[in-house]
Amino acid sequence: MPKIINKDQIVEDKWTVLPKNFSGEPPAGTLLIVPLKFWLEHKDTIRLPVLGVWIDSDEDVEAIGEDANLFPLIAVNFPSFTDGRGFSIGRLLRERYEFTGQLRAIGSPTRDQLFYLKRCGFDAFDLKEGADLEAALASLNDFSITYQNAADQPDPLFRRKE
Amino acid sequence: MYRYTENDQKIIEERVAQFRGQTARYLAGELANEEFLPLRLQNGLYIQRLAPMLRIAVPYGLLNSTQFRKLAHIARHYDKGYCHFTTRQNIQFNWPQLEEVPDILAELAQVQMHAVQTSGNCIRNITSDQYAGVAGDEIEDPRPWCEILRQWSTFHPEFAYLPRKFKIAVSGSESDRAAILVHDIGLQLVRNEVGELGFKVLVGGGLGRTPVIGSVIREFLPWQHILGYLEAIVRVYNRYGNRENKYKARIKILVRAWTPEVFAEKVEKEWAHIVDGPCTLTQEEVDRVKHHFTLPAYETLDAANADAALSAQGADNKAFAKWLERNTLPHRVAGYSIVNLSLKPTGVAPGDVTDVQLETIADLADRYSFGEIRATHNQNLVLADVKKSELFELWQQAKVAGFATPNIGTLTDLICCPGGDFCSLANAKSIPVAEAIQRRFDDMDYVYDLGDLTLNISGCMNACGHHHVGNIGILGVDKKGAEFYQVQLGGSADNSATLGNVLGPSFGQEEIPDIIGKILDVYVVNRQGDELFIDTYRRIGLNPFKESVYAKDH
Repeated sequence: MPKIINKDQIVEDKWTVLPKNFSGEPPAGTLLIVPLKFWLEHKDTIRLPVLGVWIDSDEDVEAIGEDANLFPLIAVNFPSFTDGRGFSIGRLLRERYEFTGQLRAIGSPTRDQLFYLKRCGFDAFDLKEGADLEAALASLNDFSITYQNAADQPDPLFRRKE
Repeated sequence: MYRYTENDQKIIEERVAQFRGQTARYLAGELANEEFLPLRLQNGLYIQRLAPMLRIAVPYGLLNSTQFRKLAHIARHYDKGYCHFTTRQNIQFNWPQLEEVPDILAELAQVQMHAVQTSGNCIRNITSDQYAGVAGDEIEDPRPWCEILRQWSTFHPEFAYLPRKFKIAVSGSESDRAAILVHDIGLQLVRNEVGELGFKVLVGGGLGRTPVIGSVIREFLPWQHILGYLEAIVRVYNRYGNRENKYKARIKILVRAWTPEVFAEKVEKEWAHIVDGPCTLTQEEVDRVKHHFTLPAYETLDAANADAALSAQGADNKAFAKWLERNTLPHRVAGYSIVNLSLKPTGVAPGDVTDVQLETIADLADRYSFGEIRATHNQNLVLADVKKSELFELWQQAKVAGFATPNIGTLTDLICCPGGDFCSLANAKSIPVAEAIQRRFDDMDYVYDLGDLTLNISGCMNACGHHHVGNIGILGVDKKGAEFYQVQLGGSADNSATLGNVLGPSFGQEEIPDIIGKILDVYVVNRQGDELFIDTYRRIGLNPFKESVYAKDH
C-alpha cells in the first residue's frame, strides 16, 4: 500500500484517486477521491460521507464552497510543483469555508514546499513516488516563527502574545 | 534604521539552515535541478553565463556601515573583490561558488542581511525613495511601511509560487522617486481631506517586453488595511494570472485583459471577505516599526554661516562648485545636505564598487552621515545627512576614492544593466556601450549645459536597465546572432511617467555614440531657454530626431 504523510506521520494510504475525466460507475468497496467535475454532476445521487473530492489548480474552489464539510477529505492537485494556485485553494478551504477534514496535496508537491503547504492548511501530503518521506518530515518544521497569519496561525506575529 | 528583533534574526538564521540543507542535497544529487531552481532563485542565486550570480536584498535601499564592511569582506573572500549595485537598490556578486553560498548567507545574517526573494516568482524586495526621511517634499516617511511590507511578504506561504515575479514600490513624497507607475503594485502614501493617512494603490505597471503604466485601482486605502488589501490583490493574481506563457504571466497582462475596472472589482470582492481580519495593522505595530526610523541626532547649525562658507569655497574651486550643484541636494534640516556618491566614473561599469571602496564608503558614512548609506535605483549611493560645513572635506575624500564625479542626473550618470558580459538572458552587451557614451561626452561643460537627462541601457527586453523610461533609452537586440541597439526617446520615470518611442531601425554598437550626438544636436538646436530634453521632446515630437538621425549623408 502506498505511503503518505498525514499529520506529521508516515502512514499507509487507503484512498484511491479517480482521474479527472472519469465517467461511469465508480468502483465499489474502496475509499474514493472523485474529481470535482464528477461530484458536481452527480452530487444529488452520490452517497456521502465516505467520499473524498479533489480539485485541480485551474478549478474554482467556490464550486465546493459551503459544501466543503460534507467531505472527510479534500485533495488539491498540484499539476506541477511550480503551480502555486493550490496554496490559495488550501487557505480558502480552511479559512473561508472552514473545512475541518483532511486537506491533502496531490500531484507534484515537493518536500521543500511542505512548510508552506502546512501553513496553507494542508495536513496530508502525497509526495511523488520514491520520495524519502522520513527525511521529508523534517521540512514540515523548517521555520519555528512566521510573520503572517495563515490557516495554521490565526494571528500575524505582531498580534501574538509572547 | 530597522534593527532585527530576536524573532527576525531567528527567521533569517533558519532560512540559512534551510538553504544549506537544500544546497547539500542538490550537490549530493538528491535534489533535481528543476526542483532546486526555484529554491535557489528565492535565495537570490542565478546560474549565469560565467558563474553563479548572487543577488543580495537591500530592503528599500537602506544600509549601514557595518553591513558595508561585511559586503567588502564577502567581495574579497568569496568573489573577485567587487560587487554591483542594481537598478532595484540591490547588490549583486558575480563570482560566488555555489558551494559557498550558504556560508555567504550566514555571514550576511550576522549583519541582518539576506538574499530572500531577490529572484523567482514571488514577492521581491520592496523598493522606495532613496531620499526617504530627508526629502523636503515628503508626505510620510515610507520606510516603516516598507519594513512592514517586507515582513509580511517574507516567506508568505501562499505567494511563493506566483505566475511570475512580483515587485512592489512605495513612495511617500510628492515627486515620485520610486517609479511606482512601473511596478506590479505601486503604493503612494497620501492624506485624505481630513488628514488621515492612507495609500493610493496602483497595479499593473511594468517594463519588460510589454511596458505598461500602472492603473489606479483605489484612490484611498486607510493604512490599517494595507496588508489585507495587498493579500487580496496578490491572491487574485495568484489564482487567475496566466501560467501557460511566461511572457504573458505578469499581473499587467491580467489587468489589461480584464481592464483595470474589472480587476479592481475582483480585488474589492476578495478583500470584502478578509477586511478587518487579523492582518489589519495596529497602531502599536506601526509605532513599534516607526520607532526604528527616528531622526538621527541632528545638531542645531547656523545654516547662513554654512552657506556663506560653501559659497566662498565654491568661488575658489570651480570643481567643488560643480559637485555641489550636481551631487548635493537640499536637506529638510537646516545646515545639512544630501550627498550623492556617483558610481558612474568613466571606465567603470555603472554601479560597480570594489571591496576597498566599500570600506572607504563605510568610513565616510561613519565620519559624515551617522553611519548610514542608501542605494538608489540610479545605481548610485547616498549619504543622506551630511553637515554643510563638512561637505568640502567629504568632497576631497570622495574625489580620491573615485565617487565624486559631478554627474548626478546628467547624461553620463547613465543606468545600465550588466548585459551580455555577465547575464545569460542578454541579447547584447551594455557596459561597453555605456563606456563609449561616457568617453564620447567627456566635456563636462557640455554635459552640464544639457542639464537633467536620463539615459538608460538594457541588454535585452527584460529591461533591467529601465530603457523604456529613460529620456533616451537604448535596448540591445539580437539580429541574426549579431548585437544591435535600438534607440527610444521620450521615456520618463517621474510622476508623469511615459514610455519611450522607438526612433527607428537599430544600430551597430560603434555607431551609438554618434547617434546620441545627433539626437543631442537636435535637442540643443530646438530647446527654448533652459528647457530640459524631455520637455523639448514632448513639444517637438519624434520626427525631427528621426529625420536628423536617419538623414542620408550628402
